[in-house]
Amino acid sequence: MSSEVTKSSSRLWRATGRTLTGLTPVLESVLAGVVGLLVGALLMWIWGYDPWKAYMAMFRGAYGDSYGLASSAARGVPLILTALTFSICMRAGMFNIGAEGQLYVGALAAVTVGYFTLPSGLHIIAGMIFAMIAGAVWSLVPAILKLTRGVSEVISTIMFNWIGRFLAFYMVAFILVDPLRGEKTISIPMSARFPILVRGTDLSYSLFAAIFFAVVMYFLLWHTAMGYEVRASGLNPAAARYGGIKSKRTMLMSFILGGLGAGLAGATVVMGNPPTYAVISGLPQLMNVGFDGMAVAMVGRNHPIGIIIAALFFGGLTAGGRVMQFYGSNPVPLEMVRIVMGAIVLAMSIPELFRMFPAIKKQGATLFDLLRRLTNRGSKEERSA
Amino acid sequence: MSLSDILSLLRISLHAMVPITLTAVGEIIGETAGLFNIGLEGALLLSAFAGAIGAEFGGPIVGLLVGMVVGAGLGLLFSVINTYWKGTQMITGIGINLFAVGLVAFGLIKLGAPGFHDVPKVAELAKLQTPIGAVSPMIFVALIVPFIAYWFLKRTRAGLILKAVGEAPEAADVAGININLVRLLATTFGGALAGLGGAYMSVCWIGSVTKDISAGRGFIALATVVFSGLNPLLALLGGFIFGFFQSLATWIKTLPSKPIPWQFVEMLPYIVTLLVVSGVIGRVRFPKELGKPYKRE
Repeated sequence: MSSEVTKSSSRLWRATGRTLTGLTPVLESVLAGVVGLLVGALLMWIWGYDPWKAYMAMFRGAYGDSYGLASSAARGVPLILTALTFSICMRAGMFNIGAEGQLYVGALAAVTVGYFTLPSGLHIIAGMIFAMIAGAVWSLVPAILKLTRGVSEVISTIMFNWIGRFLAFYMVAFILVDPLRGEKTISIPMSARFPILVRGTDLSYSLFAAIFFAVVMYFLLWHTAMGYEVRASGLNPAAARYGGIKSKRTMLMSFILGGLGAGLAGATVVMGNPPTYAVISGLPQLMNVGFDGMAVAMVGRNHPIGIIIAALFFGGLTAGGRVMQFYGSNPVPLEMVRIVMGAIVLAMSIPELFRMFPAIKKQGATLFDLLRRLTNRGSKEERSA
Repeated sequence: MSLSDILSLLRISLHAMVPITLTAVGEIIGETAGLFNIGLEGALLLSAFAGAIGAEFGGPIVGLLVGMVVGAGLGLLFSVINTYWKGTQMITGIGINLFAVGLVAFGLIKLGAPGFHDVPKVAELAKLQTPIGAVSPMIFVALIVPFIAYWFLKRTRAGLILKAVGEAPEAADVAGININLVRLLATTFGGALAGLGGAYMSVCWIGSVTKDISAGRGFIALATVVFSGLNPLLALLGGFIFGFFQSLATWIKTLPSKPIPWQFVEMLPYIVTLLVVSGVIGRVRFPKELGKPYKRE
């Protein structure tokens, strides 16, 4: 009887161990988040702020009520998509830093639906398709440069971000400009706006567009031959080539998919965010959404489901940061959020930071073994097993 | 185009060359040892900010030194993560860039005006009078540093060790070289040079700090490294080419006739970078172990 107990408890222990191993990536992300927040707290303390109060304001603002939650989700929507852009290419073994530029051109392309009329549903779809095509085209040029000329995608995508930025400045100022208000483009017509999901907040049905895209990407990557090829060439390019995978095709494919995501992100920003529904000169709503997506992708472990959760977290940081910057007598500027993001990404890049988890597990196992020996109830087969 | 136009174009080109060349030479040293640091953009940005503050407290020389220290600090952070802690170099670089963007934007708010800070004239480094006009003495530093780096890489034992660490770390390890330490020193030095370039921008050249003062120069420097094929002398040439196109953009913008919208003019340096990089790749060979952490078997 007592041996039964030991056996079942040992099974329980092993199951716990397995679950823990499976959860290691999640724990790593959580730990990186904590490290990032601690670095932020340290800097706030150095600058004479009260980090505890600031974080309380931030998290209450982000998740404290339904309004906060909806705002966090609304900030998270484009982040899901730009994070997917980075992740898909990362899965294929490439660093696509171009989500920022692809987002800009996507947003500009979405604005062009304002020049014609369509029935409501079709109009939204037209806007999304325009934006996705524009994003994919912007992503395709670096991909082709890499394939034909061997140009590092890191350099080319960053150059395309800058080119896209100035192109956006030009388009906002001269081509798509609102004839009545020179500081913004024409507005998206009512029929092409994503309906608001939670009344009184920024959260629109664009959330479902982003989640749908993430689910499609999950299906593509893990349940199709193409996705398998993409992942295989990322894990071991030489083996993938040897196995007959056409690395050029997977490379091109992952860049196109990434561009579609970033373009769609641009569409969700202009078509789903009240009150302007237009691109404003200086691109305040678009700036950095592509770069923040990279942080989301890393914390989400380049997995579509992880990315959705991480985007809610980072969206919460931004939405909560907006509350934080007006809170108390000595409010902390919103820029603190980006410092925290940078620290989180830095922490994510350190595998050694997480080495302590197996260590804890190993110590736990030794402890358990010791207990078993002390009570002398473990059977011999079990010990050998 | 008159002679004075050409001279001023040359002068602006030389000024724009400095941060790109210094950063590129620093990155060449780092890449020779096998570390690919895309966090140099962040190092430029943060050291431009720190250098400006240093200059206000202790004069331009202090400012430049503070910039170097900050750049070296970021280089040290990068190299510790990617040597001893076996991190992923790209992700560390992205993290440093995000971190620097946040920190500088935050710091600018703390200094008063969000997004902009003026460096007082007294804190700026005095310009030298030369036949081509008043130029910053830092231009001469940027002209000399590549030659010293070239001599160091090609003619000294330390340069050879650096190359061995990038090409064949196992062999170097067997020969008794401390791989991680060499990589750490190389990247820290690279960061210090980028820091000098960053502080130069605020203290000697532009005279103010903005949220995006680095404006992609760190990445253009990476492109320059590709163009140079890890030869510091070609990095000098590359830096001048990119500097020239930047100054050309500035010059076209000031033309009264406005032949091209300014937004397209601003794109010019980035487009040229892309064209140059896609033109030279293929003939360039990089260290075998570039971007990979070294682990003993």
